[in-house]
This record gives sequence, structure tokens and C-alpha cells, in this order.
Amino acid sequence: MKNENNRRIKNKMSVLRAISPDLSRIRLVDQDCLSKRAAQIREALLQGLERPFKHLIDISLGDAHRGGLQPITFVRQVISACLYPSLLDSGRLPTDVKSRARNLLKQCEGESVGSYTATCGLPKIQHSLSEFISRRDRGVPSSPENIFITSGSQQLVLRLFVHGKGSLQTGIMTPVPSSPLFNMALSSLGGAVVPYHLCEEEGWTLRLDEMRRALATARRHCNPMGLYVINPGNPVGQVQSQKSIEDVIRFAAEEKLFLLADEVYQDSVHDPTAEFVSYKRVLHEMGPPYSNTVELASFNSASKGFMGECGLRGGYVEFVNLDSAVMGHIYTLFSTEACTAVMGQIALDIMANPPRSGDASYTAFFENRRNTLNNNAKRVQETLNSLDGMSCQPIRGGIYAFPQLHLPARAVAKAEEAGVAPDLLYCMLLLEEMGLCVGPGSEHLQRKDTHHLRYITHLPDEPIVQPRANSY
Amino acid sequence: MSVQRMMAEKVLTVDTMNSCVKKVEYAVRGPIVLRAVQIEKELKEGVQKPFSEVIKANIGDAHAMGQQPITFFRQVLAMCSYPELLDDDRFPEDAKGRARRILQGCGGQSIGAYSASQGIECVRQDVARYVERRDGGVPSDPDNIYLTTGASDGIVTMLKLLVAGEGRSRTGVMISIPQYPLYSAALAELGAVQVNYFLNEERCWSLDVSELRRALADARRHCNPRALCIINPGNPTGQVQSRQCIEDVIRFAAKERLFLMADEVYQDNVYAEGCEFHSFKKVLFEMGPEFSSTVELASFHSTSKCYMGECGFRGGYMEVVNMDPEVKAQLTKLVSVRLCPPVPGQALMDLVVNPPQPGEPSYSTFIRERKATLSSLAERARLTEQILNTVPGIACNPVQGAMYSFPRVTLPARAIREAEERGQAPDMFYCMKLLEETGICLVPGSGFGQRDGTFHFRMTILPPTDKLKILLSKVKDFHQRFIQQYS
Repeated sequence: MKNENNRRIKNKMSVLRAISPDLSRIRLVDQDCLSKRAAQIREALLQGLERPFKHLIDISLGDAHRGGLQPITFVRQVISACLYPSLLDSGRLPTDVKSRARNLLKQCEGESVGSYTATCGLPKIQHSLSEFISRRDRGVPSSPENIFITSGSQQLVLRLFVHGKGSLQTGIMTPVPSSPLFNMALSSLGGAVVPYHLCEEEGWTLRLDEMRRALATARRHCNPMGLYVINPGNPVGQVQSQKSIEDVIRFAAEEKLFLLADEVYQDSVHDPTAEFVSYKRVLHEMGPPYSNTVELASFNSASKGFMGECGLRGGYVEFVNLDSAVMGHIYTLFSTEACTAVMGQIALDIMANPPRSGDASYTAFFENRRNTLNNNAKRVQETLNSLDGMSCQPIRGGIYAFPQLHLPARAVAKAEEAGVAPDLLYCMLLLEEMGLCVGPGSEHLQRKDTHHLRYITHLPDEPIVQPRANSY
Repeated sequence: MSVQRMMAEKVLTVDTMNSCVKKVEYAVRGPIVLRAVQIEKELKEGVQKPFSEVIKANIGDAHAMGQQPITFFRQVLAMCSYPELLDDDRFPEDAKGRARRILQGCGGQSIGAYSASQGIECVRQDVARYVERRDGGVPSDPDNIYLTTGASDGIVTMLKLLVAGEGRSRTGVMISIPQYPLYSAALAELGAVQVNYFLNEERCWSLDVSELRRALADARRHCNPRALCIINPGNPTGQVQSRQCIEDVIRFAAKERLFLMADEVYQDNVYAEGCEFHSFKKVLFEMGPEFSSTVELASFHSTSKCYMGECGFRGGYMEVVNMDPEVKAQLTKLVSVRLCPPVPGQALMDLVVNPPQPGEPSYSTFIRERKATLSSLAERARLTEQILNTVPGIACNPVQGAMYSFPRVTLPARAIREAEERGQAPDMFYCMKLLEETGICLVPGSGFGQRDGTFHFRMTILPPTDKLKILLSKVKDFHQRFIQQYS
């Protein structure tokens, strides 16, 4: 009996040993070990342990609130009134907050934000988004039926595409450097990442010759179906020109690729000579046959930009030129996830339809908004370029700085001995000695033998951060 | 040449897309609901109908049917969203304390920051403590708690982890028939083999281990069954499994080396006399180390049901027990891909597992509200069963728990033939007609699975009592008309 038990205990763990190889392939983001160490140090500081610095500053993640950005008051007032409608009877809240909250509650079943909503989101909010998109795009029509409000929309869309094995395995072209999460999601679904390098020397532009090279190579071993672009760029901050976008659209049309346009940083353009132009608008302005054939999914979110409400998980995807039978399947697929969290939907409504001139909260709202944008990027770039061993391309948009580190050969060798990416080693030392947590470029993929750092610039207290970075 | 190519087939068509996605169905939000929404639009536009409103008794959404939220929860969440309210005298001190604690656990003290992928640490700790209290002291490690976007997110994540292999070694997952169609949808998309075990309708939808054995033996001929899913209290059937039954299932899973998935989202929704909720984890540990140190289990809970009914928050958690450390590392990696669950839902889950305690200012209101909600649900469960059983041709098992009735309807042969001619499942034909004639939206049993040749519908017990009585009498009238028409 004892032996039987021992055998059982030894074998117990093997039910799940044979898990899907797709899952094993997901590279765990290095970020985690930095985050854990940062959390430990923060805890230690609270306990009063001695450190060469008083506070830990964590600017590694694309999370503005974590870095100290304050939420927009109007957004939070509306949400609190929707959560606890008794507040509507108090003198506490401005009139426009109350009317927005009342309006939103009326849209909810049972007038409660605790009800499920329709699969694609509250119809009123889909409508607000379609008007927002149309205004943004100088009148290009946008239909609410093509807008799906959903958090994690990129993964949901990938699930439509990705299938097949061997040479039939779906491939999606993705930029290098890129958001590691997209590549992780793609790999975990069994898809192939087809990397195309952005050109650092030219300010991280998309080059057609490089994209053609990447595609031709990929076609030998997989079935590329999609092209993922991030504009404004993450982490690199490039803002594509209209011409660049046209070239990419033409390329996608010629090569029969579905366009996936991540435009979540559309609100963050710092360079006054640059302008965010949406893929949808450019596509429309190119006219037929492109405008009515090229298939496009555009992604936006309330997590980035001036609202920075990552934790509310509000986002949407707009589909253009999709096959109607496919749209039916998309709807069914989305319906299995019930609906997006209502707080996130509310954040989107405010993003799409902020207070207007004359409304009680107008001035405060836009002041909040102005304070979060633009101020830091130019200063950060100049400072970084003035440091020995660092260089930084112009930060035209997005919320990060992505400077290149020119590390001494000794440092690179030491890192390789330790089995750690050199830029990660730099980040860990910066954390231990200066209390500054930034992310390593290795997480984003980068050209071989180059090293970078990534940190968020989208914050009010830049002056505190910079001296630390400088002296290091 | 390129222009012509462009005019040709799209990149993403039903032929080029992931074929598994085409097999996905989800009846709860499926065709009948789409028709119901259309009818609502028509009513708004002034189209004449034999009814003035659509009653959506298809979905387990309590607030949509007028259930009130728990005051304490909404107070805390309002303060978490807009911390300036912490100075407001209208809110009690205990609510303020909870809000402050939750905000301390958030990045930048804001619910707008991402949390760790596994969930806010202090919330996971509170969940672990709740589980320990609920289960009579059985230890729970916060590291084994994963906060999720509703229970569905956790269930799908676990299924992703489980499904592997090809052909004859493709993973099979055992699920009850009838089942909540999230399971069949997820299994279809993952290309896993769905292994059905039938609940016993004659004996109040109970689970017989002999049926589990039959299903498993059959399945082993063509796939590799690795998991057993059980929903307790049941959806759509409402049965509350006896303790003996749970022990038998655990023994079966241990012997046959199956991973247990226990969907317990309705754990507070228990109405019938003599029925009691027993968590799988508690029973497992009370069976002693032979089982408690070997059987692998994932338990799921949510903020959408019970007495909270807060579906729109998408709050939930899962607890994994005896998971292989290497597999757990993969699980942790997998959840990081989707960033984190919505933070308001995490905050709400914290309150659900850590509600007002005796002596605290909000305690008596909280208890009163919770009791009122649960006893009202119990009354409506009883009423539903009682009235449906007065209709010849409708047989309704006792609604022991959860939020639904799943009565069997006997359909005349002519009706079945007409449905088949239209290419419709007979119970879909029945429910569509019911919708068009009465405005009542239910979900046909074919959406959940049922024994061949039997027909059912799922109806929620959620409309307020007065409306529910009207609804039930309309269903009764319709059924009698339908039988007459097709006899």
C-alpha cells in the first residue's frame, strides 16, 4: 500500500506534462524579473532599509498611472456616479458629469453598470466611437456595426487567422522593435512571427525593401497572411508619413496581406511637424480599387494617450472591407467572451466624446489633457543624446523613449558570461544603484549586437528622472 | 496584373480563416437573441406586435432584470474610482478602509494602472483567506490563486493548457450534457475532443459515476481524455451535487488520472431543502492525503452570479491545486500574454471575499441585502418549477440552485417534422415561435446539449416575481396553443 502511494505521489504531476508545444514556445518577458526586483526594493524602502536613493521610480511599463500620471477627473467622476447613482443627487458633481452618467445608465440594462452589455459594446458607445473616428478622419464614414468594443482585441483577431502547420502555418509580419505581447500572443496561438526591421538610422522608418525581403524569406517556410504595423510606434515612437502609409497599403494589396494597424498611441504625437493620419483615412483617400478591397483592422484603446486608463481594459477594433460571412463568425467568437468590462466602455465613451466648450468640466478636462502630452519628449531626447554612450532618434510620437546604448565591450562580455542580455544587465544595475526601473530593448527584439533601453516619457515628473539617468 | 489580383478573393474568407472558429457556437447570445434584439428595434419603430416588450429570460444577468447591487460594494468601488470621495461623509468608515486598502495595492494608487498578470497581490491573499474560511480551514496559498476576467477567462486558459496531441492522442475533455456552451465553444475552437457524459434527468439531473465510466471508455478508443469538467451548482440544470457524488467524482478522477475542473460560480445560489454547496477542494482535502496530495484540480468563481450579480465587472478567480510546478510556470506565462483582468473587477472580487464583518458599520445592511436577494431567488426558483409543472407536456425538475430552469417539453410529431423541413432544431422552432408570439426570449435546449429525441428550453428565474408570473402564464398559454396547432 505504501509503495502504491509513493508511486502515485511520484507520478501525480504528469497529467499535464504534455502541454501544447505552442505554449512552451512563449518567451517569458524579461520584464518580470525586473518588476519582481523593483517590488522587493520598494518593500525594503518601506521597511526603512538603507539604499543610495529614497524612492524607487518605475517607468519601465507602458502604464502612465503607475508612473505617477493622474487620471482625468471627469472620467473618474462619471464612473463613480455610474457605480453609485446616489451621487447624482448630491451637490458634489458638476452638471455635465451628472448628465453623462445619467445618459450612460439609461443605456445599461436595468440601469446598472453591473449588467452585461451587447457583445460588441453598448450601442450608444459604438455610435460615439464611429462619430469620433469619422471626425478624426475628416469625414470618412464609419459604421457602428464595424466597431467591436473589446479588451484584448488583437488576440481575438489573431484567433481568426492563425492555423495550419509546416509550410501552411499562418505568418504575420511584425516590426522589429515591437511590442513583445503581440509576438507572444501570435506564438501562443501557433502562428509564425515574420519580423521586418525598422530603420533606426532614418528615425525608425518602415522600408519597403526590408519588408519585401522579410516576406520573400518567410514564404519559404510559412503562409504569411497579415501585416502588423504600429503607428505611432511602440517602443520606437516613429510617426508614419502619409506617403509611408500609402506605400504600406499598396504593398499589402499587392502581396495579399491583411492589415493590422495598432494605433493606440494616436493621441501621442510630440513633433509639431508630424501628424497622426489613420490607416483608414489614407486607405479611403487612395480611392478604388484599394479603398474597397484592402482588408484592415484598426486598434485603439483607452489605455494609452492622455487617459492612460490601462486597468479599465477598454479598447476597440474597427474592421474595414471584411467579408460579411467572416464578420458573422467574428461576432460569434466575440460573443463567447460575453462583453467588455463596462468601466472600460465608459472610458472609451469619454475618449470619443469628451466635454464640449461651454460644459462645466471642459476647461479642467483639456488642461489635464494638455499637461500629459508632449512636454517631455523633446527634452528627453536632447538629454539622452548629450550623454556619452547613448544616442536617441527623434521621439516623434508614442509614449516611450528607446535610446540606443553603446556599451563598452567589457560590459557586453560580462553580460554574456552571466547568460543575460547586456541591456537587461544594464537595467538591473540601474535599478540597484539608482532606484530607477526601466525596460531592456532585448524584450522588443532589436538588430543583433545593438542594445537599447525603453522607458515611458508620458509623465509629469521628468525632471526627477533625468538627473538620475544622467549621472549614471 | 496587380489590380486584377486585388479585385479577386479577399485575404480572409471562410475558406482561409481558422476553420476551428467556424465550428464555434454560443447559443446564449446566438440567433434567437439576435432576433429578439431585432424585435425590440421593431417595437421602438412602432411596429404592431401581440406584446409590448421583449422579456430577455435567456441570459443569467440579474441586474438586467432589476436586481439591486449590494450598497457596500458600490460605495467602495465609487471611492476607488474617484478617491476624492474618501472625504465624503455619506460613506461609512469601513467602506473607506476597504477602498484605501485596495488603492494601496494598485500601481500609482490608481485603478487605472495595469496590475500584475496574476492579479493584485492583496486581493489574491484575501481570496486565499476566504477559501480557507469557506472550506473549514483547508489551507489555500495565494500563489495558487489567479484573478481572471470572469470565470470564463480562467476556464478557457486552463483548457488551452490541457489541449495537446494529434489524432488518436488528441486531448479529450469530459463535460456534462447539458452544459454551459462556453465549454463546447472553447473545445471547438481549440480543436479538442468533447467527451459528453449525460446527467440523469429522471433523478433530478444527478451525476452517475457509471455514466462517467461509460463515456470515458468510449472516448479512450479515439482520443486521450485528460480532463473532467463539472458545473456545480449546475448550468443549465440547477442541480446541486451531493457530497457523496462529489467524493465519487474525485475518486473516479484519481483512478483515471483526470484533471478536475470545478465550475462553482453559483456557489451561493442554493435554494432547495436538504441541498448544500460543497466545494470540490474541501471534499478533496477531507478525503485524506491519498487524494488531496495527488488529484489535480482547478476551481472557478466569479462576481457575475450569486447574490452580487455584477456581470458587467468581469471579475473572477481560479484556484489551482496540486499543479505540477513546471506546468504552473507555463500557466503564469500564458496569463501574462493577456496583461491583466479589469482592475474594477479585481477590486470587486476583493469585497466579495472580504465582506463587512459583524460589528462593522455596514454589516447589518449588507446581510439584509444579501439575504433578501437570495431568498427572493429561492422563491422564484420554487414558483417557476411549480407553475411549469402544471402545464401538460412540460416537465420541470426542481431548481435546486443556480439561476435557471431547464424543463423538458414534449413536442408533437408534426411540429418536429415542420422544424426539420425548415432545417431547424425542433426546440429552436418552438422557442422562435414563442418569441414571435409573446416576446419572451428563451434559449432552446439544443444550445446546451440533451439526449437525442428530447427537447428542452432554458429560462432564467431572474425576472421580478410579478413579471415572472406573467411570463410563466404566457409560456403556459403558448404551449397549449402550440400543442393544439400541431396535433
